[in-house]
Amino acid sequence: MHEFGIADGLLKVAIETAERSNASRVEQVNLKIGALAGVVDEALIFAFGALSEDTLARNARLVIEAIPVTCYCETCATVFEPPRFSYRCPTCQTLSRSVKTGRELQLVSIEVS
Amino acid sequence: MCDHCGCSMPESPKAHSHAHSHEHGHHHHHHHDHGHDHNHDEERRTIELHQSLMAQNDRLAQQNRGFFKGRGTLAVNIVSSPGSGKTAILEATLRDLKNEVQMATIVGDLATENDAIRLRQNGAPSVQITTGTVCHLDAHMIQHALEDLGREPLDLLFIENVGNLVCPAGFDLGEDIRVVVTSVTEGEDKPQKYPSIFQNADVVLLNKTDIAEAVGFDRTRALDAIREAAPGAVIFEVSARTGAGMTAWYDFLRERVQAKTGASQPAR
Repeated sequence: MHEFGIADGLLKVAIETAERSNASRVEQVNLKIGALAGVVDEALIFAFGALSEDTLARNARLVIEAIPVTCYCETCATVFEPPRFSYRCPTCQTLSRSVKTGRELQLVSIEVS
Repeated sequence: MCDHCGCSMPESPKAHSHAHSHEHGHHHHHHHDHGHDHNHDEERRTIELHQSLMAQNDRLAQQNRGFFKGRGTLAVNIVSSPGSGKTAILEATLRDLKNEVQMATIVGDLATENDAIRLRQNGAPSVQITTGTVCHLDAHMIQHALEDLGREPLDLLFIENVGNLVCPAGFDLGEDIRVVVTSVTEGEDKPQKYPSIFQNADVVLLNKTDIAEAVGFDRTRALDAIREAAPGAVIFEVSARTGAGMTAWYDFLRERVQAKTGASQPAR
């Protein structure tokens, strides 16, 4: 349930940013969330909806871009997308210790009016 | 009032500009759960932010990291599901290393001081963080707990996280080593069920090996599962209760403490 804390932080940034830009409403919030970030989209959306009820971000839409896990294989010097979190290079079967993407929890932009 | 972040509340996330962009092939989820009962007449514009939602925690974690570095303290963050034996492992470790390493613990639970009381039995200071309903420790809570620990010399700080294999994964506390504890009673495929927390583990402690046979534990399958899910982790098979396998864990800690403090620890 740490999505509530994350939604709370997100909401504060969105409102502050909108107010600084003299906007009257936050229409949309664009996020990138990695598959290893440990955040459930639905829980975040639910929390954001509940917390934003009486704010200028009320009814704002959360658009979440899902970032897949990618790993770097040192042996092959390639980046690959592991199937179901196995981290094994499909070419040489080496286990990768280097996750390149998949841990993102990023607020990309907000759309205001 | 908090000295570190100026807050007067447990949580007060602040905005930080933190440009960081990744471009990847991907798909989008569009969620239309909310009715749009307002009109769209006003001009709509996009404000680029590109900041991590964990920015505040990450900033405080970096402060903790600097604090540990300055004091020569090795910080170890221990995570597991409830009942894996985090506290039992710490009790044994505090007992067996107390004559050679200055140790302290910070322990997080939703409620009660029970674990801190258990961990104080061997003389090491212990600060209990009761999180209420919060399911993980964050860097901010650690800063306050460090204030409570005071300025005594400290070689090794154990942070026993809230028993939870999901939420603590995303919260950097400023630790040097992240340890995941799992036990033979939890099933061999636990690492595959909780990939996020295992993926960046530095150490996996497989606990309760003394009862492995009684619960029909498949050791080979479990070790394979851990290696697949935690490619960077050192694995120790231990029983906190009987002490089996604990020596290797202690040697690992001694070595890492020595590297961090830069000074040789007096041998017993």
